[in-house]
Amino acid sequence: MSGKDIRVDVHHIARVEGHGNIVVDVKRGELKEVKLEIVESPRFFEAMLVGRRYPEAVHITSRICGICSVSHANASIKAIEDALGIKPTWQTEVLRKILMAAEIMDSHALHCFFLAAPDFVGAPSVIPLASTSPEVVKTAIRWKKLAHDICDTIVGRHTQPISMVVDGFTNRVTEDQMRELRSKIKEVLENDVPKTLEFFSKLKIPAFERKTDNVCLTQPGEYAFYDGAIKSSKTGEYKHRDYKLKIAEQVVSHSTAKQAFGPVKPYMVGALSRFNNNFDQLMPKAKEVAEKLGLEAPSHNPYQITNAQIVETVHCMEFMMKLFDELLSRGIKDEREERPPIAGWTTKLPPINKSWGVGVVEAPRGLLVHEYKFNNDGMIESANCIIPTAQNLANIEADMRKLVPGILDRPKEEITLLLEMLVRAYDPCISCSTHMLKVDFIE
Amino acid sequence: MKKPKVGFFEFTCCEGCQLTVLSLGDKLLDLFESVDIVNFREASSYKGQDYEIAFIEGSISTSKDIERIKEIRARAKICVALGACAHLGGVNAIRNFQRQSDVRWRTYGDKAWLFDSILAQPIDAVIKVDHVIPECPIDKKEFLRATASILLGKKPFIPDYPVCVDCKMKANVCLFHKPNPIACMGPVTRAGCGAVCPSVGNACEGCRGLIPDPNLSAWEEVLKEHGLSIEDILKFYHMYNGLMGVRR
Repeated sequence: MSGKDIRVDVHHIARVEGHGNIVVDVKRGELKEVKLEIVESPRFFEAMLVGRRYPEAVHITSRICGICSVSHANASIKAIEDALGIKPTWQTEVLRKILMAAEIMDSHALHCFFLAAPDFVGAPSVIPLASTSPEVVKTAIRWKKLAHDICDTIVGRHTQPISMVVDGFTNRVTEDQMRELRSKIKEVLENDVPKTLEFFSKLKIPAFERKTDNVCLTQPGEYAFYDGAIKSSKTGEYKHRDYKLKIAEQVVSHSTAKQAFGPVKPYMVGALSRFNNNFDQLMPKAKEVAEKLGLEAPSHNPYQITNAQIVETVHCMEFMMKLFDELLSRGIKDEREERPPIAGWTTKLPPINKSWGVGVVEAPRGLLVHEYKFNNDGMIESANCIIPTAQNLANIEADMRKLVPGILDRPKEEITLLLEMLVRAYDPCISCSTHMLKVDFIE
Repeated sequence: MKKPKVGFFEFTCCEGCQLTVLSLGDKLLDLFESVDIVNFREASSYKGQDYEIAFIEGSISTSKDIERIKEIRARAKICVALGACAHLGGVNAIRNFQRQSDVRWRTYGDKAWLFDSILAQPIDAVIKVDHVIPECPIDKKEFLRATASILLGKKPFIPDYPVCVDCKMKANVCLFHKPNPIACMGPVTRAGCGAVCPSVGNACEGCRGLIPDPNLSAWEEVLKEHGLSIEDILKFYHMYNGLMGVRR
């Protein structure tokens, strides 16, 4: 509708991790301003790490975020190992990959069922869904419980993992535990996936497209979560230590999360970018699920992120089963005597003086970078943590700039809901990027 | 019986405690049955202001936080601190022991002046807290048990003996006595976690807070015997407990 003034002002967007606001200002039918404000309290983790001994970084940085604490722990550990020049054992890396897959499964289940699904059925939260679609809620609970059982067994706890440390684990898992977890995954995969598909395939995904740059890790042989090179669908591949060639952060006044920009244009990280860039490496059932959900690579509709997460969840289950099989066929060893893990205050620490390291992993929401520099005494001199949501902020704003002019003729409630759904689709984790979300319609 | 109305609120934190609530599994459905959750931004877009019990996660770290938590206190009959950030200031308070101008500069550079920030504090530095459910993050079983007590009008039972007791009950080998010893805060930290960290071979970091009347000087001596300097000991202690004694 030309000539209309609209101000959308959603304060503290619900069903996202952290605090954010959406502000949209339309004057006489012309879009003046689109902002995603991050109003989370500043967290200052990068400063907190200064002067700490390196094993401490793992437990401090995992507290950046309750939902992706395994990813932060892995990024932190990898940055330290990169500085020390340590290559962990095969078993350690496989267990870390299982943990990443379990965390991604847990986080995606939380987002798809608890945070995004209520929008599609017009409910304010998952609580009324518990009575209207109890099976769906129970499935979500089973998936989350499975992911938690896996992490609890391997690292003592899911939210804030305990025993994953530099160069290994301080505990030991048994083959019986592995077999039990494997059979639980198999059961969920066989029983729950068809029902879940039925629910999600009925949801109407809003029609919207904007081509963007998909950025994620990539590596030969597997759909990358734990390791690999940084791949951009527009500008090619970068080694982990060269991440700054692709990602630079800037501070903007409306966000306590620093926005990350590629040197050229906004880009997208997360499930849809991984799906688009690494589709061929998905496990077979995950590919079938994508087909049933009508999701094809590449997809340029950010509302499809939720479906891409369902596909990845199924992939994670299949991938974990494959890794458990490999572990069991080789036999699980107690590697702690031969190669003591580097943990705690009284362990003799290998020297790390005057060194630096970079750790990059795929957190549930996308590319996560930790970079540490160490001083002469082996203490952390400076730290940089680049969070997936910070990288997506500029891309979300670019989506909103394209979306809003096309929907101005709709009622304000609908515009607001479409904007909120867009932001929620990205599954922003504002606790991480400090925390983030509210829509402000300026009228 | 009318269900009590409950709100969940977060300040500066990782939201891991609320996520722990959302991860209660089948018990989550029981929780939905026994209370009416009117405010839980992390999980719901419905925002009711008529709550009787407020579960509060996170520490106070901006001047706006102070206003907001006072409003919550004014509305709620019962305020419960959820997790180490609300209870102790949590890891957020690590920066309290650094120069604040450095902290701000290191994170936001020359734009640091744009953001409101004060020293991180536990919530009871600002409001009266009725109950505490400690740990980083909260323990599922303890949350359910404590919530049941609160709903029955009772004070939740939180042990005041040290983590070493839990650790002995698990028949763990003491971390100080392992071939590669690890310094542990178990001797001075409040139990109730089932010694979750030492049981998987890593140190207790003190996230449940100190026991009443801890023998800190004896603990310090043990750490010195294991080669830690005073500076090391303080850093270890400041991970969670730097603000013990800072109270309203």
